[in-house]
Amino acid sequence: MEYKNHMKLEFDSKSQNEAFARVVVASFAAQLDPTLEEIADIKTAVSEAVTNSIIHGYEDRMGVVKLTCQITNNVLEIVVEDEGKGIDDINRAMEPLFTSKPELERSGMGFTVMETFMDEINVYSEPGKGTSIRMVKKFKSLVAE
Amino acid sequence: MLLNYQAMDNKLIVKLDGELDHHVAENIRIELDEMIEKKRTKHLIFDLANLQFMDSSGIGVIMGRYKNISKMGGKVAIIEVPEKIDKIFTLSGLYRIVEKYPNITEALDRL
Repeated sequence: MEYKNHMKLEFDSKSQNEAFARVVVASFAAQLDPTLEEIADIKTAVSEAVTNSIIHGYEDRMGVVKLTCQITNNVLEIVVEDEGKGIDDINRAMEPLFTSKPELERSGMGFTVMETFMDEINVYSEPGKGTSIRMVKKFKSLVAE
Repeated sequence: MLLNYQAMDNKLIVKLDGELDHHVAENIRIELDEMIEKKRTKHLIFDLANLQFMDSSGIGVIMGRYKNISKMGGKVAIIEVPEKIDKIFTLSGLYRIVEKYPNITEALDRL
């Protein structure tokens, strides 16, 4: 039988919430009986996505970040959305080491980390409207009965 | 996030304890740069044994310090790298510029 579960959360675009968001997702994923490596992977990917919304989407202005998680059997889908300024050139933003904010000592590795640590990533963005990052991770374990 | 320092000759050992993300990165940068200056540091060693979490913000912090230290002819090393954090270092190509050693004894020997 198919197992499903979902959760939805929204929070202010404050950097304090980076840790909050990744811990929430890790806790939600606990029902998939993840390995330590899988937990580390999703925590890192969520941290990157939320940090992007805060630094680039809202550029430290106040805004709301939405986080949705959907479990279907052993697959976790995570969506991080903002209504910030959006990304002009997604392909360029996703290049390793590209950063629009070198003065902040950003490494430009955020999207590369998300791509490597997750099984799938899709980025939707519209300049002036916001950005939505969808990431999928397939867990090795079987779903608990 | 807690930083512990130990200065030996011209080397500064920094122990990172906790989680290194964008939220704490700015303060860590400021604190580290002050300490590097104060201790007249040539070589910088990051001890990551107690680092619980790090995202790409940490790569930025280490690369930034590398730029300053290498300009003055020094080297940056990292020791005791937890497995889950090793993955992000490898991915970012950081090991092309920063040396990795298993422990402090070896790092002090080689620097």
